[in-house]
Amino acid sequence: MGEIQGKADSGGKGGKKRAKKMSTRIDMTPMVDLAFLLLTFFMLTTTFAKPNVMQLTMPVKKTDDVEDTKIKNSQAMTILLGKDNKAYYYYGMNTPSDPTVPKPELKVTNFSANGIRDVIMTRQRQQPEPIILIKPTEEAKYKNMVDILDEMNITNQKKYALVKVPKEDVDLIKESGL
Amino acid sequence: MPKVKPHRTSPSLDMTPMVDLAFLLVTFFMLTTKFAPEETVVVDTPSSISEIKLPESNVITLTIDAKKRVFFGVDDTKTKIQALQRVAAKYGVNFTAAQAKEFGNLPNIGLPINQLGSYLDVDKEERKQLNSQQPGIPIDSLNNQLIDWVLEARRANQALFKKPTYIAIKGDGNADVPTVQAVIKLLQERDINRFNLITDLENRPVAAAQ
Repeated sequence: MGEIQGKADSGGKGGKKRAKKMSTRIDMTPMVDLAFLLLTFFMLTTTFAKPNVMQLTMPVKKTDDVEDTKIKNSQAMTILLGKDNKAYYYYGMNTPSDPTVPKPELKVTNFSANGIRDVIMTRQRQQPEPIILIKPTEEAKYKNMVDILDEMNITNQKKYALVKVPKEDVDLIKESGL
Repeated sequence: MPKVKPHRTSPSLDMTPMVDLAFLLVTFFMLTTKFAPEETVVVDTPSSISEIKLPESNVITLTIDAKKRVFFGVDDTKTKIQALQRVAAKYGVNFTAAQAKEFGNLPNIGLPINQLGSYLDVDKEERKQLNSQQPGIPIDSLNNQLIDWVLEARRANQALFKKPTYIAIKGDGNADVPTVQAVIKLLQERDINRFNLITDLENRPVAAAQ
């Protein structure tokens, strides 16, 4: 391909010397290799540059003339994010001060596919349009918070809120010993 | 009988069009690539199924690492410098033009404003050593510099580009929730209610997609 021919034997005769025609083809293989290497490199670096995001919209700051939305006891479901990747949950409200509301039964599960996801989906079948209150405790990790918000997307749960954990719920975890 | 020799075709083929195309693409990708600057702090973000991409520009990134430190960063250099000048004016700290320029090249910072000057003075290599010791931007109620950074960066970006900014929160998977919630609460108090949590992509589980 690209070899430049050495001087051919130009006979001993004193004939006219003709300019030897050089081959115009050069070996492009190394150049192509390099070109594709660079191509792959730049292609990969561009695609991975943009990170993915999960959108989180928090409620607008509370003003005095707007009251808290009241949730029906039957609709409510609370997920508490505890330490060591534990997810506690109960149905209904937890109001120890109000004797008319029965004390909810706290259960524990994890963040795997047949853990909390199953619980949410079962609940969605039993009770149409549940409202989920997500309460991360102080020991929870940010990862757990993202995971549970992700579960809301996976299970198509429309109504959920990220709220601060009240003292009653912390006590409930402690009491249950789970 | 003489053996029938198979007709030998030349193994070389004309690669010119391919090379043309390859180089065209190389040039294209070279020009469009923007290299990510070296991060001050490395965080391991959790994963989610969300496929929404972070907007290209006008992004304020708040990085929260596992040691409860909060770092602040804006994507645009001009916005960054203007925000620095405004925050510096508020806290009565002065920065030279060289320091401001240096600040513009940093991806994010996690220092109280009064320590920033000396950090900007040292050279790049030395700064790498200091990065792990950055204390994070103060977010407590007495000395809340983070909210000033965010508000000034928003104002600067609005003045420069006439575009609203997006707030991205890049938290480490092991970061604790109280710190993240504190940051969200601070911004909520200033009527910033939309957040983008930066996550890695994971596949949507098949069974749940009904």
